[in-house]
Parts: sequence; structure tokens; C-alpha cells
Amino acid sequence: MLKKIVLSAATALALSAGGAMAAGDEAHVEDVAFSFEGPFGKFDENQLQRGLKVYTEVCSACHGLRYVPLRTLGDEGGPHFSEAEVRAYAERFEVFDAEIDDYRPAKPTDHFPMSGDPNAPDLSLMAKARAGFHGPAGTGLNQLFKGMGGPEYIYSLLNGYTGEEKEEAGTLFYENTAFPGGWISMAPPLFEEMVEFDDGSANSIEAMSEDVAAFLMWTAEPKMMARKQAGFVGVLMLTVLSVLLYLTNKRLWAPHKGKREA
Amino acid sequence: MSGIPHDHYEPKSGFEKWLHKRLPVVGLMYDTIMIPTPKNLNWWWIWGIVLAYCLVHMIVTGIILVMHYTPHVDYAFASVEHIMRDVRGGHMLRYLHMNGASLFFLAVYIHIFRGLYYGSYKAPREVTWIIGMLIFLLMMATGFMGYVLPWGQMSFWGATVITGLFGAIPFIGEPIQTWLLGGPAVDNATLNRFFSLHYLLPFVIAALVIVHIWAFHTTGNNNPTGVEVRRGSKEEAEKDTLPFWPYFVIKDLFALAVILAIFFAIVGFMPNYLGHPDNYIEANPLVTPSHIVPEWYFLPFYAILRAFTSDVWVVMFASWITGGIIDAKFFGVLAMFGAIIVMVLVPWLDTSRVRSGRFRPQFRWWFYLLIIDFVVLMWCGAMPAEPPYSTIALIGSAYWFAYFLVILPILGVIEKPTAVPATIEEDFEAHYGTKATPAE
Repeated sequence: MLKKIVLSAATALALSAGGAMAAGDEAHVEDVAFSFEGPFGKFDENQLQRGLKVYTEVCSACHGLRYVPLRTLGDEGGPHFSEAEVRAYAERFEVFDAEIDDYRPAKPTDHFPMSGDPNAPDLSLMAKARAGFHGPAGTGLNQLFKGMGGPEYIYSLLNGYTGEEKEEAGTLFYENTAFPGGWISMAPPLFEEMVEFDDGSANSIEAMSEDVAAFLMWTAEPKMMARKQAGFVGVLMLTVLSVLLYLTNKRLWAPHKGKREA
Repeated sequence: MSGIPHDHYEPKSGFEKWLHKRLPVVGLMYDTIMIPTPKNLNWWWIWGIVLAYCLVHMIVTGIILVMHYTPHVDYAFASVEHIMRDVRGGHMLRYLHMNGASLFFLAVYIHIFRGLYYGSYKAPREVTWIIGMLIFLLMMATGFMGYVLPWGQMSFWGATVITGLFGAIPFIGEPIQTWLLGGPAVDNATLNRFFSLHYLLPFVIAALVIVHIWAFHTTGNNNPTGVEVRRGSKEEAEKDTLPFWPYFVIKDLFALAVILAIFFAIVGFMPNYLGHPDNYIEANPLVTPSHIVPEWYFLPFYAILRAFTSDVWVVMFASWITGGIIDAKFFGVLAMFGAIIVMVLVPWLDTSRVRSGRFRPQFRWWFYLLIIDFVVLMWCGAMPAEPPYSTIALIGSAYWFAYFLVILPILGVIEKPTAVPATIEEDFEAHYGTKATPAE
């Protein structure tokens, strides 16, 4: 019995290592060095604006951002458009207004529309709803160093098309190295130089998908910079408090620990 | 309140005397905060304060979150996003509450394992231990129901799986499950009752915490040697103890500040690390996630739940002897609750006369193995229920039960403990030197 236990434990270790590697082959997610990673990482305003353009011209055809209020496009720590720009941008969407019982152009106080295609998931939280990294051995420890991998997953998905297609039950599937299962029903959405940026930034598929992944990280976590700021202040103040309490504690106990003070 | 002799509150001013005759509340607070505490308590004894802090932290952040949350299947998920985006400071409040649960469970596990190592559960502290276990059970219920409230995919499917456990009870299971859910499946009625109970139970926990503190203030604290404070006279007791205020309050607050600094780093820089990405997808009864995984703090017990499949011989035996009433699913449920019940019974399962693990050379190794076992089970709980994980989980579960039901009872008889110091003072001075002659 004991021998059996030892054997199964040993094979378990070997198999789990193998399993983790196999899983790595199955869904390939590349680690991208985004500007917003790490405790001091910040969103790149220009990148978010480019990402919004990619979203508007490509993704928004099918996908919505129902939880994102349009006014937040003007927020600091986000794309930071001017008030006029936000108002102008909002007008490109039509929303249904129950009060006038009709459609009207959207205002900054409205949200982005919902997905136009019922099969296309809403993208508001996509960058937090996926984890790109899971290892080693399913412990998730590498997320400590690489981040959760949500935006990396989006980037890898947009770059993961192999060009293979197959038809199943009347639906066309496209092979994708990042998508779980390997076959996705979304056709490759990006082509080289599809979106023109005003400042002439690179518009290769890699560049555009990096921009849109960063933009979707912002839609998922619009308060990231405020949060890091609060975390930083919290850590700093608690560190100071720890030092003060440490010294107080030391002095308080000293007379009882055989180190009488003079 | 304490059995250890010490100075009691003496009302001085006219008003204090007036109040004390009518309601001795100041005296009660004085005696509580000035309780003589063994002066050799080490750093493993700070987690009680951390837990007290966590309870307040969760109640305060929770009450504010409720002001903005909508407990309805159509609005719950969106109202959490409203908190994250529109409520001033809402994203911090929500992350503080979410990660606060993790800190709470981390602290409670360390607190429990500290008790298991130093024999804090042994006579005369059994009641403190059992109340602690009740608090732990209520924490699990509260944590589970709180996780349902954001109405994400894991919320919904976690609720479906866990309430399904009650459905595994023979004969009466299905009516119980329906009663718990308020309908045939997890739906709006479930969300509403979970919300109501999630708000209620923390206050029940708060009441039990007071009883928990009352109980160990009656017996006095345990300490790393497990030797009792001398109680012959006040002078004698004072050689073994120092008052809780200021000595232990300041020490504990220092530890709390360090822990909170780390906690704020997690909340500020990686608030979703301990969560599950699927919970950022709104609940959808038609789409089952590929892996349904509970929060990390439930994983060891989840692993025990899943470990006992129908091909395990104890399960087959139980099924055969009960004529099939106990099937694998029900056996798993029994094992999961049994894993906690054996902990509740540990005061009577441990036969050793020596309290602290410090003086039990064999016990220590079995205890360290139990900690490793706990971590391994946690890992298995996060893995799919297939070989090799199911085998490892089964071995891990077997050890969990063996530790409490076999090893502890036998060890107390066969083990030869090392020399225990006569007094707490002796232990303290061995570490820090005597007051008169400083340590070398």
C-alpha cells in the first residue's frame, strides 16, 4: 500500500509537470510589457486614445462596452479627451431614450452601447475576465511577476490566427493559438494598416492589438491609477506607523527584558 | 472576570462611583483591557487582534457597499460595476472588502494552527476552542454567501455546486436544497436571502467573538510553554504576566501595521490576484465555466469533498453497508463537514498531558506534516478532479483524518515529552535574561 502511495505521488509530480507544459502549448499567451504594469505603471494617454480608435473603427461593429460611461473618456488617468471631444465622440452612437420614446444621439452621460451582435461578448470587463497566465502547475504564482495576463490574452488572441479555417454545423471557425480549444468563431478582425492614426503611429497588427488591449484594460479598470496611488499612500503611511510602533514597543518592553534603561 | 489575581477597577470621581453602582461598564472594560497576559507570548499570538480588526474592517466596508449595491439578478452585477466606476472611492471600498475576506481567512487559519500547535484547545480552554470553531463555520457561510452577491459566473456556479451538497443528503436533501435556494435553482430568491444573511451573520460572529474573548479571559491565555500562570497571589501572578494594555496592545498593533502595509500593497497593486477572472463575467445559467473553483480559503475542504469518489474502498464499503443510502456524493459531503468536526473534537482526541508542541518531539513532525497537507489539499482543490490530483487529494484527506483520529490519540500515550519549564517566568528569563542581570 505504502509503495503504491509513493509511486502515485511520484507519478503525480511527473504528470502534473507534463500537464502544465501541455496546457502551455494549447493556449499560447505572450507576455507584453505594457506601460501600466507594476506598482508604478501608468496608462499611456496616447495609447488609450489609439486603442479607442481601433475599438471604434473595428471592434464596435459587433462588441459593446455597456458598463463604460462615455463621460469617463474625459477622465484623468484615462484617455483624457477634452469635454468637447467627448461630446463629439458620444454623438456617433444612437441610444434609445424612454422619455421621448425614440432614438437620439448619445450624450456623455450615456454609456457605450451594448454589443450589436448577440454572439459577441461585451468587452467592458474582458481584460479582467481572462487570465493569460496560470502556472507553474496551476498555482498562479507567475501572475505575481507577469500580472494576471488579461490584456496579454487579448493581444495574443488578436495575433494568434494561423489562417486555418473549418466549418462545423454551418458556422465557420478560425484556428487561434490563444483561444481555449484552439478554434474561435470570430473572424480575424485586424489587418495590417487597417486604422490610420493621426500622429502616424505604427499600425501593424501587433501595434494595433497592443493599443486596443491597453484600451480594454482601461475600460475594465478605469480607476487603476487612483487605486495604485491609494495603495502607495497606504503602504507608505503604514510603513511609517510600523516603524513608530516598533520603536514604542521596543522601549515599552525593554525594562522587562533584562535591558534596564538608564 | 479573569481567574488570575490582579488589581481591579476602583471608581475615583463622584460620577464614576455613581455610574459604577448602577452599571459597572467601566470596570468591565478596565478588567478586560488590563487582563494579566503571559509575558512570554510570541509573534504567533498577534493574529487575534488581526482577526478583530478584520471583523470591523469587513463590517464597515460592507455597510458602505450595501448603500450602493442592488440585490437583484438583473442589477447586482451592474451595481457592482457602478460601485467600481461611479461611486467616489468605491473601487477601493470594494477591493478592500474583497481582499479583506482573504486577510480574514489567512488570519483565522494561522490562528487555528497556532492553537493546534501550542495545545490551546486543551483543558480548561475547550469552550474557547469550540466557540472559535463556530466562528470559523459562520465565517465560511458568510464568505460563501458574500461571494455570490456580485452575481458573476463563479458566484452563480459556486452557489449551485455548494447548495447542491445539501441535495446529496438522502431523502430530505432535495427539500432542504429547495428551501435554502428559495426555489428549484439559484435565482433571485437565492440572491436575496444570501444578501440578507450575509448582512446578519457578521453580527452573530461579533457576538460570538465577545463570548470567545470572555471564555479565554476566564481561563487566562495559553502561552508558548503551555504552563499555566501561577495564581497563588497577585505578586506571584505578576512574575508571569504583564497587563494586556499597554504591553500587548502596542505589540499587536505593531504587527497589525506591518500586515496592513502588505495588505494595502495587494489591494493597491494586484487586487484581483486572489480572485477568479470568471467572476468578471455576469452570471449566466446557460453557460457553465470549464472549471468551477471556490475561493482559495475553501480549497482544502473542497479538495476533501471531491476526494471521495465512488471507486474508493471506504466509499464502496459505506455504500454497501448502508444499502446504497450513502453514495459517493453524500460521503464527500460527510467527509468535508467531518474534516471540521474532527477539529472541533480535538480537545478530547489529543491524549497528551503536555500542552505545548514545543515539548513534544514527535508531535511536532506530525504537525508540520499537517500544515504541508493543508497546503497540498489547497492546491488539489484548485486542480481539475482527475488523476493525479484526485489521488493526491485522497492521500491528503486521509492524512487529515488520520492526524486527528489516529495520530493524536496514540501519540499522547507513546510519546516521551521533553522537560517543561516550571514557570512562565523561567521561560521568559531563559530568552531575555533576568531584570537584574542583563542577558549576555
